[in-house]
Parts: sequence; C-alpha cells; structure tokens
Amino acid sequence: MILSIASGKGGTGKTTVATALALSLGENVQLLDCDVEEPNAHIFVTVKLYKHVRICVPVPDIDKQKCDFCGRCQEVCSFNAIAVLKDDVLVFKELCHGCGSCSFLCPRAAIGEIDKEIGCVEAGAFEAGTFEIHASQTRTLQTGGRDGLAFVHGRLNVGQAMSPPLIRAVKQHGDRTRTVIVDAPPGTSCPATEAVRGSDFCLLVTEPTPFGLHDLALAVGALKKLEIPFAVVINRSGLGDGKVDDYCQQRGIPILMRIPFKREIAMAYSEGISIVEAMPEYKAEFQKLIESIERILVATHPE
Amino acid sequence: MKICVTSRGPNLESEVDPRFGRCRYFIVVDTDTLDFEAIENPNVEAAGGAGIQSGQAVAAKDVKAILTGNVGPNAFRALQAAGIDVITDVSGGVKEAAERYRNGDFKSAQGPSVSSKTGMP
Repeated sequence: MILSIASGKGGTGKTTVATALALSLGENVQLLDCDVEEPNAHIFVTVKLYKHVRICVPVPDIDKQKCDFCGRCQEVCSFNAIAVLKDDVLVFKELCHGCGSCSFLCPRAAIGEIDKEIGCVEAGAFEAGTFEIHASQTRTLQTGGRDGLAFVHGRLNVGQAMSPPLIRAVKQHGDRTRTVIVDAPPGTSCPATEAVRGSDFCLLVTEPTPFGLHDLALAVGALKKLEIPFAVVINRSGLGDGKVDDYCQQRGIPILMRIPFKREIAMAYSEGISIVEAMPEYKAEFQKLIESIERILVATHPE
Repeated sequence: MKICVTSRGPNLESEVDPRFGRCRYFIVVDTDTLDFEAIENPNVEAAGGAGIQSGQAVAAKDVKAILTGNVGPNAFRALQAAGIDVITDVSGGVKEAAERYRNGDFKSAQGPSVSSKTGMP
C-alpha cells in the first residue's frame, strides 16, 4: 500500500503523522519524504543516509551558429523560458520544466539539452549509533524498532523552484512490497499533487482552525480530482472550533484520529523526537490508524 | 527616436504603468513627432515569465529605450541583451515621460529595480 500524508495548510502535522506511522509499523515499512523543499522526516526517524544521487533536469542548450532566430522555440515554450531577439536567444533555465518541446521542434536542430542539477535523492536505513540532529545536538540510539524501516528523501538545491522532477525521483524508489508512507509537501499545487499521485490512500492532516479548514477544503477538492480515497486526521485537537468536524460530517469524510493540542507533543517535536517515542502509548493509536485505513480500502475494494 | 512607455491606458494621456512585464499597454512613441502606437500587453495574466515575454515584445518593436516604473531581473536581462536603454522609477503621464526622455532628464538603470514576481496580479 502507498499511503500519502498531505494537508493543504502547512505546519499541521504531516511529518508528525508520517514519521509516527513509520515508527509504529516498525516492520516492512518505507518512508519517502517528498517535502523536498524542506525535508525533515529524517530527524524523527534517525536513519543513517548512505546513498546519494544527483538529480538533474534537461534544459535547452542553443547552438547560435545553427540558430536563425525564427522564434519557434519561444512559441512552443509553455513556461516563457526562452526569449528570441533579433540576433540572440536567451534561455531562462530557472523557468524551464525540462519538457523538451523546444529541442524536439527546432526546425534547424539547433537546440541540444544539457543537465541542470536541481537536487539529490538520499536513501538510508536505521543503524544503531549516534545521530546528528542538527549542528549542536546528537542522539544515541541502540534500537528503536526501526530495523525494518527503509528511508528515502529528496533535497532540492537552494534557489531551485522546480521540485516535481525531484519528487518523482524520490517516488521511483517506492517499494510496493512494503507499506510505503509518503510525506507530502503542503499546499495543493504541483509539488503536493506530484507527491500524492498514485497513492492508494491519502491522509489529510488538519487543525481545527479557520485556516486549517480553508486549506483542507482545497486539498479535498484536489484529491477528488485525482480520485484518491482519503480521510482526515485532526491535529492540535481542542484548539480552535468545531467547523472541521462539521465539514467532514456533512461530506461523509471519516475522521480517523485526533491528536490533542498538548505542550509535551510540541516539546518532543522541537527536539526531533517522535510523538510515539516521547509518549509510547500513542504507538497503539497509530497502529489503529493504519488498521482503519486498511478496513476502508478493503470495504471499497473487496478483491 | 522610437521609445516605449508602459502605460495604464491606450493613449498618451494615460498614466505610466509602474509594472513592466504585466503593464496594461505598451505605448511605442516617436519622441520627435509624438506619433504613437498602443499595444495591449498579452502577458498581464501570464503564470510566469511575463517580463521575459514583454522584453521580447518590446525588443521586436526596435525601440531605443523603455520607460517604466519597475523592471525585474529576467526582463532586465532580456532588455539588456536587446540593447534597449532601461529607465525605471518613471511615473506621471506617458506624454510627459516621453518628452522628459527626449530632454535627457532620465538616467539609465544599471540593474533590475525589483525581484521576480513583483508584478503578479
């Protein structure tokens, strides 16, 4: 099963839920952190990263000897990444999505492609030892039920705006023989859509505030379009109002879990410690969460 | 001399549009005769790359200078590559701006005046 954790609003607790699920399942689980603009799931699962692959996208490289400045490339570029002047062609690499239309359609075959590095994919697994959480803090772990946990994340280079190709590269590592948990970026634009695409189920983590509800509704709209079944987890439950509950009830959207608004949870998070390690009683809650999802999937797809 | 002024309206009595890439109109004007042509900007609602496309459109009109409020980095690069004199921080009426340029009242911008996406609607 591929289970993605998305939200709409940022900062609602996607990584909290994704990492807690990965640590609660313990065995045969793979966590893909697709929030490549600011990946942080590795901090909570404390894995050692051992594999590093550069990820590139093709961008046009124009041979100005062959070019006759006809303007076809500019015309076919959907992202306005090329400007053809009287006797020059400018390529704005940061706008290029690497679709290849310009080089394919150039009547003079004057456009080649060169690789532009956008970031990297790193893979790892748990090994007992000492982990650097950030520059001033380390943790030492001997075990932690992480032996069956595989981990992959992407890191977008600073200054790059084009994350979907990197998200696709992370998802290529998805191993369907395991329970794959995808930690998605916030929002409903291309990066979030790319992360959840192909999931068997999506959990939308929200908070019971007007902001949370507003962006939850956007995410619900996106998932309906993608035809991915979904349910809601309410984080910081007890805060705000009951409008998220009303919204879900009116639309028949199941609320599968409520994580209370508690100082201890926030403190553990700020120290890079998962909720299920700070408060082991939550492990059972997250195991139940997975069971509820499996029940929904079986009910909708009896085969 | 042919120059271009970004404009909120389609004639010389209009106000200078402070945005370059997403201005309403480009007014291509002859500073000697004040003959002009108003071109509606198709890039107002572009998702991205408005400045680049507008820069290319202005370059295609063979103008010597562009008078506007602000220019972003991509538009600046396109205009510079086309050899167009970029004047920023221009406000007031389009006609007055053209006359002031003819009188040598403006100094060329040496770089972009704002960052990318500034003129997004």
